[in-house]
Amino acid sequence: NIQNQMCMLNNTFIFSNKYCDILLVRGCPFVHEVRKDEDICSPILRKLFNESHHIFVGLQGIRDDLPSKNKKTQFVSISKNYRSVIRACMEELQQVAGKVEGKSDGSNRKSSWRVSILLAVELIWNLCEVLFIDAAPAGSLLLHLLDWVRLHKADVDEKARDVLQSESPTEHQAYWDVVISYVLQGRMDEARQVLMKQAALQPAARGMFKLLDNLLIKMPIFNPSGAQTLTEFDVKWRHWHEEVDRCLQDQSFASNPHLEVICKILVGDEDVLLEHKELLSTWYHFLVTRLLFSHPIVKPTELHYYAQSSMHMFLDTRSVPEPLDSILLAAFEFDIHQVIKDCSIALNNWWFVAHLTDLMDHCKLLQSHNLHFGSNLREFLLLEYASGLFTHHSLWQLAVDYFDHCPEFGRVYLELQIERVPLDTERKALKVLRICEQRQMTEQVRSICKIMAKGALRNNRLGSALSWSIRAKDAAFATLISERFLQDYCANGAFSDLDLIDNLGSAMLLSDRLTFLGKYREFHRLYGEKCFSDAAKLLLSLMTAKIAPRTFWMTLLTDALPLLEQKEVIFSADQTHELMFCLEDLTSGNCLPKPDRWFPFLFQDEDIDTTKIEILRLALARNLAKAIVKEGTVEV
Amino acid sequence: MFVARSIAADHKDLIHDVSYDFHGRRMATCSSDQSVKVWDKSESGEWHCTASWKTHSGSVWRVTWAHPEFGQVLASCSFDRTAAVWEEIVGESNDKQRGQSHWIKRTTLVDSRTSVTDVKFAPKYMGLMLTTCSADGVVRIYEAPDVMNLSQWSLQHEISGKLSCSCISWNPSSSRAHPPMIAVGSDDSNVTYGGKVQIYEYNENTRKYAKAETLMTVTDAVHDIAFAPNLGRSFHVLAIATKDVRIFKLVPLRKESSSTGPTKLEVQILAQFDNHNSQVWRVSWNITSTLLASSGDDGCVRLWKANYMDNWKCTGILKGDGSPVNGSSGQPSAMNTVVGSAVQASQNALNGSAAGRYFFPALDPPRAGSRFGQLLPPSTLIEHCDAQSAQTAPPVHPAPPGPVITLPSVPAKTVHHL
Repeated sequence: NIQNQMCMLNNTFIFSNKYCDILLVRGCPFVHEVRKDEDICSPILRKLFNESHHIFVGLQGIRDDLPSKNKKTQFVSISKNYRSVIRACMEELQQVAGKVEGKSDGSNRKSSWRVSILLAVELIWNLCEVLFIDAAPAGSLLLHLLDWVRLHKADVDEKARDVLQSESPTEHQAYWDVVISYVLQGRMDEARQVLMKQAALQPAARGMFKLLDNLLIKMPIFNPSGAQTLTEFDVKWRHWHEEVDRCLQDQSFASNPHLEVICKILVGDEDVLLEHKELLSTWYHFLVTRLLFSHPIVKPTELHYYAQSSMHMFLDTRSVPEPLDSILLAAFEFDIHQVIKDCSIALNNWWFVAHLTDLMDHCKLLQSHNLHFGSNLREFLLLEYASGLFTHHSLWQLAVDYFDHCPEFGRVYLELQIERVPLDTERKALKVLRICEQRQMTEQVRSICKIMAKGALRNNRLGSALSWSIRAKDAAFATLISERFLQDYCANGAFSDLDLIDNLGSAMLLSDRLTFLGKYREFHRLYGEKCFSDAAKLLLSLMTAKIAPRTFWMTLLTDALPLLEQKEVIFSADQTHELMFCLEDLTSGNCLPKPDRWFPFLFQDEDIDTTKIEILRLALARNLAKAIVKEGTVEV
Repeated sequence: MFVARSIAADHKDLIHDVSYDFHGRRMATCSSDQSVKVWDKSESGEWHCTASWKTHSGSVWRVTWAHPEFGQVLASCSFDRTAAVWEEIVGESNDKQRGQSHWIKRTTLVDSRTSVTDVKFAPKYMGLMLTTCSADGVVRIYEAPDVMNLSQWSLQHEISGKLSCSCISWNPSSSRAHPPMIAVGSDDSNVTYGGKVQIYEYNENTRKYAKAETLMTVTDAVHDIAFAPNLGRSFHVLAIATKDVRIFKLVPLRKESSSTGPTKLEVQILAQFDNHNSQVWRVSWNITSTLLASSGDDGCVRLWKANYMDNWKCTGILKGDGSPVNGSSGQPSAMNTVVGSAVQASQNALNGSAAGRYFFPALDPPRAGSRFGQLLPPSTLIEHCDAQSAQTAPPVHPAPPGPVITLPSVPAKTVHHL
């Protein structure tokens, strides 16, 4: 199930949505939840996302003012880093595929599909690296292309190992395939080594083998770091080519068809090359081999011509080129935009196009090709990729950095996405909050704190609710929670979350009620520590400075009772007067304030109130008397 | 591509609306059976019904969540001419054990004399405000002055139109950039009555909502309307479900400083798709407005996406025929879990001239000998999906409500394709 597997890989790359996408309802009674596959959870692919994220961030840090030569080296090494991450991921997947082999649950197939897609991704990336990022000139270009083909057609080595380890290598059915494959990849030394086995067995044909060996040794290879100029190399190569051609004309290898084939390959005989389609396996291998033996100093600008003709020669005329062919062809034509577009369509894979495009953009390749919308394309792709990451329960944090590097819409996207991250735990909320705070996203910070405060209150976790609302600087909500604290105090006679309330500090000033809560708690602390006169002063000031809500005055006056009843005089005459004013103020007119909805229990019973007021009046009067006596007494 | 599963909603009649909460972890459904159900997503991703109660004495047309800053709050509206606000309270321990929660009615809004057809909360920067519209053409805007007290709502504005209203949408753009704006759609099918979408804007000076624009080109019945998230742009994007899907761009024209009238809007059409070939019932945006979903009487949900050049294309089709989905969801091998008969997707956001859609048949074996056949979907390009390619006019008939769709407000509604 190609398509199926394909899709799953795509999901892992693009959609990675843990949550459902769309709900469909069609009449009764079903709701259909449609969502992307959750394949992203594969830990191996997550490694790909994580590690490429590091590379991405590093790339964004490369400074613009570096000399362009240094920059190019850096870009090439970054490109190689990306590729090695793909390779590592591929190898791990291969191992997994190996382990589950034999199981019929399809996971093996799934792994191998993923591997094959990564393989193709790496193939395309590598070619883009050679052509666009490294931008190798004539001469080196072919060397790079050879490396590219060798890397992606590594099954030769495996076959060679089989052959060489067999009892009689020369009898092995794949013997000549190995020799020719080596030659097709320009790996002459290895080809000679394998050939030697045969030569040793055929003393009669020693001369012929020797001759071929010589041709192979002598084949000139361009050395980009050497002193040799391209023209010198060209002359030398032509000489060699003529020599090979002469051997063919001489029929030097006529007696050994295998050797003759090799010689024909060396001379670049296209018909013979095409007879080895099986060994070449792809048109681009054919292209590179053809260049190696016919046009070793091909210029980048000539590539597209050879690429097109090679593709047509190699592929069956009736078969339509597959998307991979078109992508590679577009690359050979140096049409970056087409490569990105085709990759997007074919791979449906934001990871790849987003990172490749970003790198290309840094290399300033998109601007020159597409004028002004180059960076938009980069941003478009990065936004899509990052949005996909954001739906994952842990990968979303990677996405933040991608958004940070999208100058136009990154910030808005981040704002929209981050406030939707489900705040399952306080820890997660703090994580989200930190990200928002670092970026001065004040509205999101406020909103997150407020949601958390609301949630905590719903679950009756008052302390948490209070600290979140302080963080949100939400005065109204802090007031509400403070009232809940006071209400609880009135009901139970004790405060919860003492740590928090004792350490409010200046946060206390957020709302009047919160200030009162903090101060009132301070009164209790002072009282508990037996600092009676300080406690008394504070208690009085809570009323006189109108910090305490009037609905709470009765409670405060009741709190004053034990202080009034102490043996020692704590409230001075003046203070006692003030307390009396407060009581009279409270009871004057129609007297008692209407029961507040938060403090209904304070005034449940009028009888109790009247009794309480009487007790208070008595206590106040007695204290006043004591205070006057004490203050009027001269100590002797 | 898509994995679908059915949730037996157990409503006794047609489901009219489904709505995700802000984080996409809860959803609410409402039905002609006069009830609303709330669903919660468990750790394992299963949806569990945690509340189901009778909300109205008529069909419940719409249900919607308030922003979580205001708590767990729902609003519903009904054929019984009322809208209601519900708040979840942490239940008794018995309920908790049964995984049930308590929703209590905070208020009933009884001002309408006809069926209340839509209910929406205003963007949260405006405070806790609720808007309803009704079949007699009146839009009402209520406010809860004390967000801690959901029982008190005062009617702030009443906007009377001539045409019966079917849907409303608030412009989510924040107040600093634009004055509050609301779009109202009418399902009056009389084409001669003119434009069926009105845009109202709040005027700071008169403290009233005034008509800013009528979309004159939309003359057929409008079933749904949705402003896109703004993304900080200077213009607004509005999607409309009528006999086709339309996407409009509303560009506020610069006001003269002395002018106190509503902002003039330049109306441009960005896209118009008649692929549904029938009435379109709902439109819904993902949170970054990169993707629009629409549902129609053709039984399909279609996904629309713009590329970076702002060309809108169809990017996916979901055929939901409501047949039960077999097997456990998420099993890759069970292709029959793909919703409906076909899932099609194309990726053409990149200025793609060929807006091809690949067709993914189920369980097709890999093609032998294919060079990197694994890499790519086969190029069985079965159909083109361009705005231009749909030909026939949609049959207009009084149809039962079509599929309801909703993109949850969770991040990256994933249905992005390139």
